[in-house]
Amino acid sequence: MLGFVIQRLLQAIVVMLIISMLVFVGVYAVGNPIDVMISPDATQQIREATIKAYGLDQPLWQQYATFLSRLVRGDFGRSFVFNMPVLDLIFSRLPATLELTLTAVLGATLLGVPLGMYAGYRPDSLFGKMVMALSILGFSVPTFWIGLVLIFTFAVTLGWLPAGGRGTTQTLFGVEWSFLTADGWRFMLLPAINLALFKFALMVRLARAGTRETMLTDTVKFARAAGLSEWVILRRHVLRLIAIPIVTVFGLEFGSTLAFAVVTETIFSWPGIGKLIIDSISTLDRPVMVAYLMLVALLFIMINFLVDIAYAALDPRLRGKRT
Amino acid sequence: MTAKDATSPLVRFWAEFRENRTAVGALGVVCVIVLLAVLAPLIAPQNPYDLSKLVLMDARRPPGFVGSNGFTHWLGTDAQGRDLLSAILYGLGISIQVGLIAGTIAFVMGATLGATAAYFGGRIEALLMRIVDLQLSFPAILLALVLAAILGQGKWQLVAALVAAQYAYFARTTHGAAAAERSKDYVDAALSTPLSAARVVFRHILPNCLPPLIVVATIQIANAISLEATLSFLGLGLPVSEPSLGMLIANGFQYMLSGRYWISIYPGIALIVLIVAINLVGDQVRDQLNPRLKR
Repeated sequence: MLGFVIQRLLQAIVVMLIISMLVFVGVYAVGNPIDVMISPDATQQIREATIKAYGLDQPLWQQYATFLSRLVRGDFGRSFVFNMPVLDLIFSRLPATLELTLTAVLGATLLGVPLGMYAGYRPDSLFGKMVMALSILGFSVPTFWIGLVLIFTFAVTLGWLPAGGRGTTQTLFGVEWSFLTADGWRFMLLPAINLALFKFALMVRLARAGTRETMLTDTVKFARAAGLSEWVILRRHVLRLIAIPIVTVFGLEFGSTLAFAVVTETIFSWPGIGKLIIDSISTLDRPVMVAYLMLVALLFIMINFLVDIAYAALDPRLRGKRT
Repeated sequence: MTAKDATSPLVRFWAEFRENRTAVGALGVVCVIVLLAVLAPLIAPQNPYDLSKLVLMDARRPPGFVGSNGFTHWLGTDAQGRDLLSAILYGLGISIQVGLIAGTIAFVMGATLGATAAYFGGRIEALLMRIVDLQLSFPAILLALVLAAILGQGKWQLVAALVAAQYAYFARTTHGAAAAERSKDYVDAALSTPLSAARVVFRHILPNCLPPLIVVATIQIANAISLEATLSFLGLGLPVSEPSLGMLIANGFQYMLSGRYWISIYPGIALIVLIVAINLVGDQVRDQLNPRLKR
């Protein structure tokens, strides 16, 4: 088992190195960064001084080595636009994204699992079919368009909820949170629904498929024979049996929700890291782009690593297999 | 004719497909939309990109507005006074085109990669599939977003970003099917003749992997269209000279806050009808090709 962990850890490090190379080439070497940094009418001396100051006169591999050694020390440079260290910038925006993502994923699970279980328990009922139709729609309709419709309906036409921004925040552990104030919830509701819809569709499908299968098993037959009520069977037996895949997906989907947050945050002007990356792409704020890409890559590689280890711990057959 | 008397597999397939009315309806919708998009220059009331035809006075008018030249805009006009119905018909064409091109290239690349990995086996297979799996664990939208940002704007840059985000699904599917085919006797028989390895892979193994690939292809084309719209909406997709549905929606976004819903809503409905219809067809094809659900 230890050998397997070390092997996977080494693989993860190699992958991180390759990604850092790709990011470096993609963001720094394509196009000439110097043209962005200094004005075209600067003198030749200033130009050369700037090139030297940023180390752009060195060969590419040496630039990469400098870049890498800075990354390892957590020094991502300063944002051109905000003129502050990139890492501070990202950590100041992270809580907004985290609370939005967590609200969306939790809401989707708490609502999607019971509804999906009902649709699996009574697949031919009208309500069950309606739940499935809603989930098909949630899969097919692009997130950004749903966001527009939500804004138009609840913010523009009905005027019930604000169209964008974050509202009043409350400080907890030195970080600003929206979920601690009633006003913050009003601002968070629409983006959270928008972000949750896709996950909701997924949870409904998982819970429905799981319930349909479990209802046919002997567990349920024996529970019924023992005289348990349907409600108790669903809650005590079926829910427990379908919980494992749901928890796995819950964990995995948390990462991909981060990706969808880019779209939702842009539409609702939610000041999280998703909006930050879109803004930095349009203003060519390269250090922010690099830091975001590296952190997201690190996050996903860590998730993958943990999933691999968890599966290997659960299934001994995977440990011996060399891949 | 029932499914049993049918001779060719294609006829049998169609007979079974016809039993699902929703899927037939969805297929009809897809055909009509593609036809409308192809014929857009002939049937659109206005060429929306001929600037001389646009009247700025008629900009942002609601559906049913009769323009200054006596011309009825059934779905209203956008910020440049463009007839929205015509813009949607043209936009559909661009969206479908990008989706099809990206889907086809991803199909070819992924299928070649997956079949090659399955054919060679061993270390090559392990390495290639490890890369594919790693990529599949990243959300496609994030990958496309990053690539679109790095490569810059343009139709081919966008296609490259979509292909990079999607080829892995084809590779994984082909690999699974091809690995199963690889161990069958007919492959060994073909390899014992002096046929080249490439010929065996492409003419013997791959055709037998087609059924699951067709399912993935349907769903991935719908995904490519949706992904393109999302990227265009974020300003990372097609250039302004090629306005897809996503860009029409993005252009209308700022006017929505003042209640002018039609500029964004109608292109969005066109997009959703297309995607839902393709997905419904894909669902039916998948159920039909799934041996576990065979009656």
